[in-house]
Amino acid sequence: MRYLPKSPADREAMLKAIGLCSVDELFAPIPAEYRLSRDLKIPRQMAESEIVDYFRQRSRENGEGYTSFLGAGAYSHYRPVIIDSLISRGEFLTAYTPYQAEISQGTLQSIFEFQTMICELTGMEVANASMYDGSTAAAEAVMMAVRLTSRRSVVVARSLHPEYREVLATYATHQGMPLSVASFGDDGRLNLTEFEKLITPETACVLIQSPNFFGSIEDVAAIAEIVHRHDAMLVVSIAEAVSLGIVEPPRQADVIAMEAQSFGVPLGFGGPYCGVIATREKFVRQMPGRLVGQTVDRQGKRGFVLTLATREQHIRREKATSNICTNQALVALMVNIFMTVYGKVGLKELAKQNLAKTAYAAGTFSEHGKVLFAASPRFNEFVVQTKEDPYAINSRLLGHKVIGGFPLKKFYPELGNAALWCCTELTTRSAIDTAVGLVAESERSVRSPKEADVEEVTR
Amino acid sequence: MKHETRKATRHVNQNEGLIFEKSSAGKAAWKLPPLDVPEVDPSALLGAAARGDLGNMPEVSEIEIIRHFTRLSTWNYAIDLGMYPLGSCTMKYNPRVNEAVARVEGIANGHPYQPEKISQGALQILKTLSECLIEITGMDAITLQPAAGAHGEMTGLLIVRAYHHSQGRPRKKVLIPDSAHGTNPATAAMVDYAVENLKSDSRGMVDITALEAQMSEDVAALMLTNPNTLGVFEQEIHKIADILHAKGGLLYMDGANMNALVGKVRPGDFGVDVMHLNLHKTFSTPHGGGGPGSGPVAIKKKLEPFLPAPVLMTKSDGTLGFEYNRPQSVGRVRAFYGNFGMFVRALAYIQANGPDGLRQTTEDAVLNANYIRKGLEGTYDLPYSTPTMHEVVFSDKVQAKKGVRTMDIAKRLIDYGFHPYTTAFPLIVPGALMIEPTESESKEEMDLFIEAMKSIAEEVQEDPQTVLDAPHSTRVSRLDETAAARKPVLRWKPAV
Repeated sequence: MRYLPKSPADREAMLKAIGLCSVDELFAPIPAEYRLSRDLKIPRQMAESEIVDYFRQRSRENGEGYTSFLGAGAYSHYRPVIIDSLISRGEFLTAYTPYQAEISQGTLQSIFEFQTMICELTGMEVANASMYDGSTAAAEAVMMAVRLTSRRSVVVARSLHPEYREVLATYATHQGMPLSVASFGDDGRLNLTEFEKLITPETACVLIQSPNFFGSIEDVAAIAEIVHRHDAMLVVSIAEAVSLGIVEPPRQADVIAMEAQSFGVPLGFGGPYCGVIATREKFVRQMPGRLVGQTVDRQGKRGFVLTLATREQHIRREKATSNICTNQALVALMVNIFMTVYGKVGLKELAKQNLAKTAYAAGTFSEHGKVLFAASPRFNEFVVQTKEDPYAINSRLLGHKVIGGFPLKKFYPELGNAALWCCTELTTRSAIDTAVGLVAESERSVRSPKEADVEEVTR
Repeated sequence: MKHETRKATRHVNQNEGLIFEKSSAGKAAWKLPPLDVPEVDPSALLGAAARGDLGNMPEVSEIEIIRHFTRLSTWNYAIDLGMYPLGSCTMKYNPRVNEAVARVEGIANGHPYQPEKISQGALQILKTLSECLIEITGMDAITLQPAAGAHGEMTGLLIVRAYHHSQGRPRKKVLIPDSAHGTNPATAAMVDYAVENLKSDSRGMVDITALEAQMSEDVAALMLTNPNTLGVFEQEIHKIADILHAKGGLLYMDGANMNALVGKVRPGDFGVDVMHLNLHKTFSTPHGGGGPGSGPVAIKKKLEPFLPAPVLMTKSDGTLGFEYNRPQSVGRVRAFYGNFGMFVRALAYIQANGPDGLRQTTEDAVLNANYIRKGLEGTYDLPYSTPTMHEVVFSDKVQAKKGVRTMDIAKRLIDYGFHPYTTAFPLIVPGALMIEPTESESKEEMDLFIEAMKSIAEEVQEDPQTVLDAPHSTRVSRLDETAAARKPVLRWKPAV
């Protein structure tokens, strides 16, 4: 086996040194009736070339060569080449969590820079080293607010990513935390009057997303004013990190729970991504996850360490702020490098291109169909309503190597035949024109849903 | 240093400040293509939501970024440099073909919401990996959704909770041995179970009498790490399972130490009902400085209705898809389907090994731990003489008499060119030195490690101060962690 650095003679010598005759003796502590006396029924040992072939084949069966208009929590942005050059260095790739600070300064300093940039971009005072993803970050941020307020119920916006809502429900149900859902108005944003009625003296926090699931930017200042009037906390989820280049961050929030995938992380069929929690300094001791802090060594030289570990499971066990241990460190490093490459000016220009492409696409679509929620500002997503079922439209688009917008029926039946479309800096004008043309053509020749080949595309 | 260390030699490495200290206006590492649609005015489109400038974000060139991160990287220890003997962390070689195949176009760039019809490649990877892991663990079904070990624990306990609920008896507490990893009690608390400590016997195993006394119909599950954190296989595992099952409880296995078992014994065969795996330990996906991980949860048939949604299925036309309609499911624990990139790497690892390679891997891992135990027995105190599987735990009892504790020995090991072992854990061993070499170490590397540990033990007797002041060869000496926690500086700020 090519990963094992021992010759048969080495094994013999080692067994002899231990005073054993055979390796089987090492497994004697396992009761004989449970020892496996056969080969595992798994694929046989493969050569490297065969493994590469296997995955190339799977790749060809996995949407290679399509133009996509999908966003909905996973965004396609250009990834600068140096991200992979740098994260492939074994010293980053194959290091453990930086508990031994003296020989982990590389990882520690890079996390400190990551925390700093997340603070700069979100307008918060502290950020952690990462969470699993945006959905679990949002759920953990809510639990943090529950601890901080000693209240138990939560109001969540219906315009929050539906899968984030599902994750929150999973976390909350077993904590006995009641959830109520605040609907959106005609502009696709939180309905403020109705939402205020849902806040009670037991409300720990309100969780919204901005830009929200439909791409609309919420009026965070107005929402914060209402939430704070009731002494509750405002948690804001950000799923599209590139928006921070051009959209005012939710500075009025008490906690921000982010998904940073947009910053240089491959789509990768949904993961690994990079969640982050950012908040105010005064709340830091209730924050989950690892934190890196600056300190000095015995000679007074600047250095970095993992800090405030008394919040964490390895010290506090059942009294910890969370059970999180392993996080998304290497993915956070991708995010870090991406933020460094684009920096102060590039991130703004990048976000502006997203804004321009989306404005063009939404404008072009509205000439042929209905673009919903046009009254509110949006970043790089928009909802298109059609006469025909979006699954049927998408099925036809696939034939032209185009993946259309994300059909909303499953999560938002009240919107009817609607789909969420996304454009980024990578979406070309000609791709937009082609997609709009195909949708318009579909709309002109609408068939009844029975005729439409709906079952062909089930998602 | 008494002897010249054979493993490492000091050499110059580069200084490097924070990236913000290199920034100046007008430098750039990016270039966007010309815009092919009309320009827009952000303030007209966004109104009050339009953002001003981006504060203190850096402005640097590409070469500076390359040097910056390359220099930082040289300040890290890594598996690629040498033995990384952290106990229960399984710091094994991370094969490079894993990285290569994870970056193949359709695998790296598949969108989680692309139609299933054009996602068959990704779904096939999920299916094949699931089948392999089910066979390796001897369980009946699996979810790949949890993002890491602790997340898997949470998912597993949610399943336990849902199961008991369906039986009409929710139950209140979870038993956790005193040797357990901190995530176990933290997880139990997250799913609102009371934690009850279970003590170990003189052999370092679960105290069967104590278990019998504590087991009741209020106990939902026992969370057991097997082999446990002492590297000891629970020899009475069948009795443990029987005691739990007799009172309707479930046996949860923390699979952190699965590297001792793969291909040799299957948890499903010895009575485990639900368990998680750590793909970033046993299945070679890189630790990456702390993550990402992946924590699949494997279960017995009776728990299948409670798996997180969606669940992978084969449809009537033979293609693969997701089943979302799962009325008894615990719900979703993460958006999308889990850390897919880690599934790709774990499957590539399983393929590179095959059944014979996986078995040999386990044998070598256990052989290595026993070789180190033999090499250091007598030099360091061995608190439990019970047979060792994949890791061995010593204590600093002998060295403590000279005022030298496990952390000091660990720091001195750095000067000898090694990453320290795990210190002060498990909690049942005061001053623990917890060593897991994994299968990835050659005899030569382990001989160097044993030599270094013996040399440090001599230093402790002859010149303890040298050990207490270690490390001596690193960029920074021991850092002031107390100051860091008392007045936290968690971000850079420009000088005023």
